[in-house]
Amino acid sequence: MTAYTPPTGKQLGLVIDLDTCVGCHACAVNCKEWNTGGHSAPLPDRDPYGADPTGVWFNRIHTFEAGEGATSRTVHFPKSCLHCAEPLCVEVCPTGASYKRVEDGIVLVNADTCIGCKLCSWACPYGAREFDDDDGVMKKCTLCVDKIYNETLPEADRVPACVSTCPASARHFGDLGDPDSAVSKLVADRGGYELMPELGYKPTNRYLPPRESKAKAGCTGAPAALETRIDPDALHPVLRWVDRILSR
Amino acid sequence: MHPAFSVIFFTTASGAGYGLLALLGFGNALGLVPAAGWFGFWSLGLALVLIAGGLIASTAHLGHPERAWRAFSQFRTSWLSREGVAAVSTFVPFAVFGIGWVFFAKTEGVWALPGLAAAVGGGITVFTTAMIYRSLKPIHQWHNAHVVPVYLALALATGALLLNALVHLWGHAQPAIGYLALAACALAAWLKHRYWRFIDTTKAVSTPETATGLGARGKVRLLESPHQVDNYLMREMGFRVARKHAFKLRRIALAALFAAPMTLTLLTVLAPVGAGTALLTILAALSAALGVGVERWLFFAEAKHTVTLYYGATDA
Ligand code: SF4
Ligand code: SF4
Repeated sequence: MTAYTPPTGKQLGLVIDLDTCVGCHACAVNCKEWNTGGHSAPLPDRDPYGADPTGVWFNRIHTFEAGEGATSRTVHFPKSCLHCAEPLCVEVCPTGASYKRVEDGIVLVNADTCIGCKLCSWACPYGAREFDDDDGVMKKCTLCVDKIYNETLPEADRVPACVSTCPASARHFGDLGDPDSAVSKLVADRGGYELMPELGYKPTNRYLPPRESKAKAGCTGAPAALETRIDPDALHPVLRWVDRILSR
Repeated sequence: MHPAFSVIFFTTASGAGYGLLALLGFGNALGLVPAAGWFGFWSLGLALVLIAGGLIASTAHLGHPERAWRAFSQFRTSWLSREGVAAVSTFVPFAVFGIGWVFFAKTEGVWALPGLAAAVGGGITVFTTAMIYRSLKPIHQWHNAHVVPVYLALALATGALLLNALVHLWGHAQPAIGYLALAACALAAWLKHRYWRFIDTTKAVSTPETATGLGARGKVRLLESPHQVDNYLMREMGFRVARKHAFKLRRIALAALFAAPMTLTLLTVLAPVGAGTALLTILAALSAALGVGVERWLFFAEAKHTVTLYYGATDA
């Protein structure tokens, strides 16, 4: 049924660090790479090298400027399905093709029963669902459900493709339903927040705010000026003599 | 939101069809409409064509129309599913009512009951259609208390204009039906005016600041969009009509949907009934058909989705 059971236990999701994301789009590229051969494969990709490329991406990287003037910040902002605890996208689905898994809270689409009415994409405030014109069905982030439980992969690789690939380690994966998990602690430490909390979808994914900029060198812990690093006592006697002559 | 032709046609045609069906069901029970079998045939036939045509058109925009039957399953949560169930269930009393009226010339007593049931079913179906839009939280221009009354009133108004034309053509014109059409149009015009005032004076609570959570730093603006060209989200949800054009189209909708049909209908009530008034009622219905198409196009074009906040929109 499209009626979902609100997750009580496990709720897998992502924590995205807006302080360290460098906006390289590597996560989006690896997402496309993995998922065009995964659970929702293939992902359409029309005219990829032409003037009007179009296709489905589960993850897109926006860049915002927050604030104005000298104190403004450039913030790279990756966005994919947030695997909401109260997903209206699932409730509106007339066929039951969209569902939220009870065991881990992942929101998925069954491509065999989806009629392609697009209503779920209207119901998602975050723009996490993209229609596949080739297959006539809706597609969305699967949280790499075919990777995170894949026992043929080494354990370290059983994380979503975006998390594996992020060169800045700006993406963290784990159980946000467990307050003691590493991701939950990270969210608590860094003041992680929900997107558009006013709409009440209770998204699982959290964003870590950019840290305060450090305007002065001293604040970063680096010395304010460079000092000589030569310890005369440790030098060879000849060099010590040269040092003494030059220091006069 | 992208105004898809199939959805505009579906919501307006089936709305008018259900409005007509409801008026025939109630009108028959109250003895307001002619009991002649041929009148039943043509008027219920018109309602059927509008309803079924709309429903068929609505499946045209599906990615998999052959799986449409699956849409009846999730009525516990989905208004789209409830709409499907309501639409199909309404066909049952509709069919009994139609067969009794057209083939057995039975319209009174218990035979009026399926007509009433079909009328209620039609009303429920229009209500569920409106609720599909009403329930979508990301769209401020839909997620408000004005949407459902407008849908219901427009279904009634367009249905009443059709009924007025039908009774005139059948030579059974009566002022009551003309006045009913006038009242329904006036009600719909008032509700639509309130809807427009609401969307003109309010905005979604969501902003680029809440969408990104970066509001503590001040104003948030898009610096670089994820892609150079439009994607599905922008094509489907990013449709925007220029304010200038929207106002022009609103005037066209007001004129064609309310002002012209109401003036023409008033003439048919005041003037002596004849071929001339029949023509006027047809013109009134045709004008309203055009007007309601423009109104529904605007209902989509003026609706802004929160996803646009991630793509450079400053409000939604
Ligand atoms: S982000 Fe959108 S698609 Fe994902 S669960 Fe939430 S509402 Fe549904
Ligand atoms: S497009 Fe598919 S998954 Fe989305 S609401 Fe329609 S049937 Fe459900």
